[in-house]
Amino acid sequence: MNDSIRVGMAELKIVKKNEVLVSLGIGSCVVVALYDAVEKIAGLVHIMLPYCNKIKNNANPLKFADTGIAELIRRMVDAGADRKRLVAKIAGGAQMFSSLSSFNKEILTIGDRNVEAVIRTLGDNGIRIIAQETGGNYGRSIEFHSDSGMMVIRSIGHGSKEL
Amino acid sequence: MSFDVEKLSVFDLDKFKEIGNIGAGNAATSLSKLLNKRINMNVPEVKLIDLENAVDMIGGAETLVAGVYVDFQGDIQGTILLILDSASLSKLLELLIDKEAASPISDLNDIEASAIIEVANIMSGSYLMALSSFTGLKAIHSVPNLSIDMAGAILSVPVVEYGAHGDKTLFIESQLTDGSEQINNYFFLIPGITTCSVLLKALEVGK
Repeated sequence: MNDSIRVGMAELKIVKKNEVLVSLGIGSCVVVALYDAVEKIAGLVHIMLPYCNKIKNNANPLKFADTGIAELIRRMVDAGADRKRLVAKIAGGAQMFSSLSSFNKEILTIGDRNVEAVIRTLGDNGIRIIAQETGGNYGRSIEFHSDSGMMVIRSIGHGSKEL
Repeated sequence: MSFDVEKLSVFDLDKFKEIGNIGAGNAATSLSKLLNKRINMNVPEVKLIDLENAVDMIGGAETLVAGVYVDFQGDIQGTILLILDSASLSKLLELLIDKEAASPISDLNDIEASAIIEVANIMSGSYLMALSSFTGLKAIHSVPNLSIDMAGAILSVPVVEYGAHGDKTLFIESQLTDGSEQINNYFFLIPGITTCSVLLKALEVGK
């Protein structure tokens, strides 16, 4: 297996054949993995916020669910993936701290809105979500394997999962 | 046009460093009184952190840490994060609760969790109080919230908030350690984006 390729916040990476994409310590962010099982092309975008048009400084499209996913689809197709074959696996969208006593409820509960925006954007683009591990109050790390399309999720105290 | 942390001058960054000195100095004094132990403070650092690197700020993104989140509002607004690694957390609990075998970090009982929250409460209060007597700007802070989890997931919380304004996050980082260096506390003040200019202005007047 090759060295894995890190995908940080507001980053997007695409790999082919036998490679592994990883995102570590995901909190309220959501990682969206798209996969073409025939060409074995995998792409991952690590979004932080729901919609680009709700934010003034929206210069970086990869921060947002709507524009980040659109960019991911475009680059997957450029890399040779068939748009009609793309399926999605998504993970993240946690709420790391209780918002009960906070002044800043909007940011602490952004995980849920990120997940909603991701689901909606994928739906609008006709891409099926075949696996999802989102919400809760704990962080996650994920690996996405381009040879099998498998997503491995690790957490602390909430076990590991293969999707 | 909103405030851009990437355009801060070296002098501005020094002013934020001064905020760290004043605030964390007072927080260290409170912690020292609470533990009846000498507490040292490093020279605060002002960091402009990229989105990609934020999760690795205090070591690995997956390192298990205790993080306490506090936010504040008033003349100034922003977030405080207090982060302790697991060895420091155990040592702190040992000193506070006077018990040799503290629970493992991932399985704290209610008393241990509220002890950590109270430490964060006292330190945040002292930090903000020092800041407000120096600048004349007042703020009240929220009840702290504890999360025991991956460092990356905890650090991402203020970074996501900043993400709505730009691609870098301003952290004022202070490290507090006890004399024997068994307790290492990261104390981060993350001023809200509109608060940055308010603070800079207040520090100018004070010259």
